[in-house]
Amino acid sequence: MALTNAYIQQRLTEKFGDVLVEWEEPYGMLSFTAPRDLNLKVMQFLFDDAELRFQFLSDLTAVHFPDRSGEELAVVYHLHNLRDNVRIRFRVFAPIEKPDVFSATALYQSANFMERETYDFFGINFVGHPNLKRILNVDEMTYFPLRKEFPLEDQTRIDKDDDMFGRGGIIVK
Amino acid sequence: MTDHITLPEGSIEKTTTTLNLGPTHPATHGVFQNILELDGERILRAESTVGYIHRAFEKLAERRPLYQITPITDRLNYCSSPINNMGWHLTCEKLLGVETPKRVDYLRVIIMELARISDHLICNSIVGVDSGAYSGFLYLMQFRELIYEIYEEVCGSRLTTNIGRIGGFERNFTATAFEKLEKFLDPKTGYPATLKEFEKLFTRNRIFMERTIGVGPISADRAMNYGFTGPNLRAAGVDYDVRVHNPYSSYQDFEFTVPVGSTGDCYDRFLVRNAEMWESLSIIRQAYEKVQQFKGAEAEVYHADVPAYYLPEKKDVYTKMEALIYHFKIIMGETDIPAGEVYQSVEGANGELGYYLISDGGRTPYRLHFRRPCFIYYQAYPELIQGGMISDAIITMSSLNLIAGELDA
Repeated sequence: MALTNAYIQQRLTEKFGDVLVEWEEPYGMLSFTAPRDLNLKVMQFLFDDAELRFQFLSDLTAVHFPDRSGEELAVVYHLHNLRDNVRIRFRVFAPIEKPDVFSATALYQSANFMERETYDFFGINFVGHPNLKRILNVDEMTYFPLRKEFPLEDQTRIDKDDDMFGRGGIIVK
Repeated sequence: MTDHITLPEGSIEKTTTTLNLGPTHPATHGVFQNILELDGERILRAESTVGYIHRAFEKLAERRPLYQITPITDRLNYCSSPINNMGWHLTCEKLLGVETPKRVDYLRVIIMELARISDHLICNSIVGVDSGAYSGFLYLMQFRELIYEIYEEVCGSRLTTNIGRIGGFERNFTATAFEKLEKFLDPKTGYPATLKEFEKLFTRNRIFMERTIGVGPISADRAMNYGFTGPNLRAAGVDYDVRVHNPYSSYQDFEFTVPVGSTGDCYDRFLVRNAEMWESLSIIRQAYEKVQQFKGAEAEVYHADVPAYYLPEKKDVYTKMEALIYHFKIIMGETDIPAGEVYQSVEGANGELGYYLISDGGRTPYRLHFRRPCFIYYQAYPELIQGGMISDAIITMSSLNLIAGELDA
């Protein structure tokens, strides 16, 4: 029997009850939201279960929703069952003041860099990560640049000195 | 009276050597830094540093309408930009609900498989260069040049291609493009003959085999756990290929096998890539045959009929007011984009290239994340080279097909 989204949802609901919410199927991919402290339990269950077998972590990243007060940061996991070829997505929300989320590195080696990247850009504190430090940005950076409070430069600003960049200004010989 | 060197008080007598391999080193093809702890020439430990050419693509993408993101994707894996471009267009098409005609799919397959060949040929011949065999590299390069000429015929540029549009291509393939494709496919004078010679130089070459067999191996379990995809995962024996598992662009219409290895060492990775190039050649031939079967008006189809997202023809943009307005509107993201959450992946030349796009209906993505295959499998590098020699570390790095642009985004 092919593994259907409805069956996965049923199994997860049996196991965890109704703490798993926001069930959706955007473009065919089953997605749901789990409580923050259950992320590892959900992943472990999906990994170990003889039928579900979601044993490949495709992707791990985060999204910032400044409007969801108390749960501004979402960590998004994409898991793949390679045998039955089914993908699912789930997310956990964390408050921006104390964004602690359990690290998936014990289950997936691949989570190491991905969690470091997510920490680097969103400041998610992955509890239990062996080496949680910045990866793509410089170590001296004091902020988390992919958060929404850092807009990119306004291209219409006029207070900028363009002389150094070859836009306007006079070439002095 | 002592004649040996006396160390200053308090200095530590270290028995191992620390070596900075990179960030810029002639033997690493790109900006990679690895701090190696050596006992003689044997590697005890390694630590990788990444991020030297980070360019904030994900942040930039949050300010750019869909079409302005395509040039960003060029700069991920720049050895096979067309695959990245197509992957991005497929993501947009999924979000916007655009269906592409079959002829467009087949033309895309031709371009994507050419890109795969150009990527694999660089990688495999670089493995040769790093083991002391330069000639294969120079010999194959003429065909990368030919592939770039085909890109040039189709989109006007060579390395960072920015090829295609949402819904298809910017123009139909010219007769010259097909001519060059035939030249490339010619069994006697084209790429197949040269690839055969290349294999003769390497595959059973005693020196090459001794330099690569058993070097940098990884088991299937470890490879899966490390998130390997693409040829590196298949070399370890897992037959996962996005083209087969989640077919896009009508890959289900083609007959091809997925080559797998067993030990996941440099030699297996080399063999898998070579085998994949033969499969790609076969796919291109099949696609070309399918393209030739379109007759009459169908043979002129090169894009889907989606005026809201497909840019008007360039000569109209230059001469007609309405086309100019539409061009401007589309480029600035003024056409309606639905809200949604999409994950679309394609089989990039070095693994599963995924696009995770969240749109809130605004002109730019709310969030765009690139799943970059080599960023994920590079984590395994210290484990792969542990216990080996420095020269093995170099060859392992090139056989993993690490592209700095993709690694650092």
